[in-house]
Amino acid sequence: MSRIAERLATLKAWDQTALIPFITAGDPNPEVTVPLMRALVEAGADLIELGVPFSDPMADGPVIQRASERALAHRTSLRHVLSMVHAFRQADLDTPVILMGYLNPIEVLGYAQFAEQAREAGVDGVLVVDLPPEESQELAAALRAVGIDLVYLIAPTSTEKRIRAIGEQASGFVYYVSLKGVTGAGHLDLDAVAEKLEEIRQNISLPVGVGFGIQDAETAAAVARVADAVIVGSALVKRMESLAHQPDRMENVLRDFLGTLRAAIDRVDQERSA
Amino acid sequence: MATDSDDYSWPDARGHFGPYGGLFVPETLMHPLEELREAYEIFLQEPAFLAELDADLRDYVGRPSPLYFAERWTRELGGAQIFLKREDLNHTGAHKINNTIGQALLAKRMGKTRIIAETGAGQHGVATATVAARLGLECVVYMGEIDMARQEANVYRMRMLGAEVVPVTSGSKTLKDALNEAMRDWVTRVDNTFYIIGTVAGPHPYPAMVRDFQAVIGREARKQILERTGRLPDALVACVGGGSNAIGLFYPFLQDQGVALYGVEAAGEGLKTGRHAAPLCAGRPGVLHGNRTYLMEDEDGQILATHSISAGLDYPGVGPEHAWLRDSGRANYVAIEDREALEAFHTLTRAEGIIPALESSHALAYAAKLASEMDPSQIILVNLSGRGDKDMHTVAALAGGKLA
Repeated sequence: MSRIAERLATLKAWDQTALIPFITAGDPNPEVTVPLMRALVEAGADLIELGVPFSDPMADGPVIQRASERALAHRTSLRHVLSMVHAFRQADLDTPVILMGYLNPIEVLGYAQFAEQAREAGVDGVLVVDLPPEESQELAAALRAVGIDLVYLIAPTSTEKRIRAIGEQASGFVYYVSLKGVTGAGHLDLDAVAEKLEEIRQNISLPVGVGFGIQDAETAAAVARVADAVIVGSALVKRMESLAHQPDRMENVLRDFLGTLRAAIDRVDQERSA
Repeated sequence: MATDSDDYSWPDARGHFGPYGGLFVPETLMHPLEELREAYEIFLQEPAFLAELDADLRDYVGRPSPLYFAERWTRELGGAQIFLKREDLNHTGAHKINNTIGQALLAKRMGKTRIIAETGAGQHGVATATVAARLGLECVVYMGEIDMARQEANVYRMRMLGAEVVPVTSGSKTLKDALNEAMRDWVTRVDNTFYIIGTVAGPHPYPAMVRDFQAVIGREARKQILERTGRLPDALVACVGGGSNAIGLFYPFLQDQGVALYGVEAAGEGLKTGRHAAPLCAGRPGVLHGNRTYLMEDEDGQILATHSISAGLDYPGVGPEHAWLRDSGRANYVAIEDREALEAFHTLTRAEGIIPALESSHALAYAAKLASEMDPSQIILVNLSGRGDKDMHTVAALAGGKLA
């Protein structure tokens, strides 16, 4: 069982919803990333999603685009990101780390070489935004060979047929994109999310994480009522951006914000088990 | 329409041209692209749709476009005879409208009420705004901030036609970023929105669909040259940015093995300087904007900013079918520098009284080189893909002056 599957199964057994924060590696500079990952774990992160910066992030909203640009200004490459995960693993052998990004940097490295280096670094999962199941066989095989989960997206536009096909290939968990739009968009329709999750669960037995529109403790709690994992990206990155010139305050602000989300999600979990 | 080239059956069912092409998009777009592919396959078999398309191409675009023998220029060069396929005479001044007419009809049939597009030089944006005005569809065009500054007149034309032109300020602020922004719009408003991509790139079915709409260029040219000279040309020459005018000309000639194909990329300030837009000549394969193709990228896989005097060629990728034609050896890809294109721009203007677009001037510059190495009995057919009115400011600024 992979570290991701194990972590999510344990949480499920305790009736807890996973909290998965996302930050872009190298934002605002490469030195802060590993300490920030540790701070996120201390503030209640169950898994961490680490964004691999890309020059043309077509599924991302302005907040994460700018994070990518800041990271690329320091030439944060996929190799650097892998070395950050390696550094994080020196002190944390439990928290699963998922890389999220676009295909081209992986293509340049080569699938087999990427898989091997990711395994060595301690990566547990990979989510490639522009790699639907139709094109993923080769990378999936390379990752499977080294025990890394390939995490797939499911969208509001995914038909039942597509959901079933994704379920056949996915491992670890599936990531439901809660709205039609880019990351950080602000028009989450919770009823629609609940309805779609129902459809997903009828076809896929893996845990379902929900992300893309979660802004604050309130939306995090609402999503926790229906999802196995709550994924928060732009809301965190936006707070980091506002502190771009005071990087020493970043850790505390992130810790506080993630703490409020954690508390809101925990309340939902307690209500449910009560 | 896919009967142009009987033995050549690319792309395959999943949109691949050999290892290139495909469908590399976020999950949200997968089902909408499936719907688009189905609609496109149905309508391109439907006589009523094809009749409407043909009538629009004739009465609105002004097709067939003439094939013109550039007699004086040919004599000056002293080599092969040069014929120009006059796409510059189309409504809106370039080949772009062949495709926007087709996609807009498709949008209407699919019940979409809103059209979006990306544009570099503004020609595709104008061609899209034009057909949207005619069909009464809402139209939003994404354009890099830098391109908006260098193609001011086209921005004004689009706005006059009723389109909203949205400046794109992310990344390099040019065509590739406009494409990213259009994709983001499409992901958000996919229910009522049709994305008219302007070139033979992007996810399947766009490369094949845009090729099929542009292939009218090659079908007409093949017929016209046979009528005029009784034989096929020895070489075809067309400029390649994304590559839609080139594939439109090449496609109906792919089975004619005696016809050499030359795609001309923008070498900018020179391939050795790195300041160019020639992925087929100096790039390597990767994945961008929904397809696998040749790209300009750094050693980390980040996409590089490109440079060309012509905004329409200033793109780091290229249509996947060109990548395949390159690897298979059927077509040759070469590159022309800014200064050579500019020289050809002036030469054709003076020799023939035809002001070509700077994009097309790249094809003309290569044709001139080629012609002088060939025999006067031989024939070169050049796609004059657009007219140069839009480039007056650029050319005047380079000459050290400006327009009054």
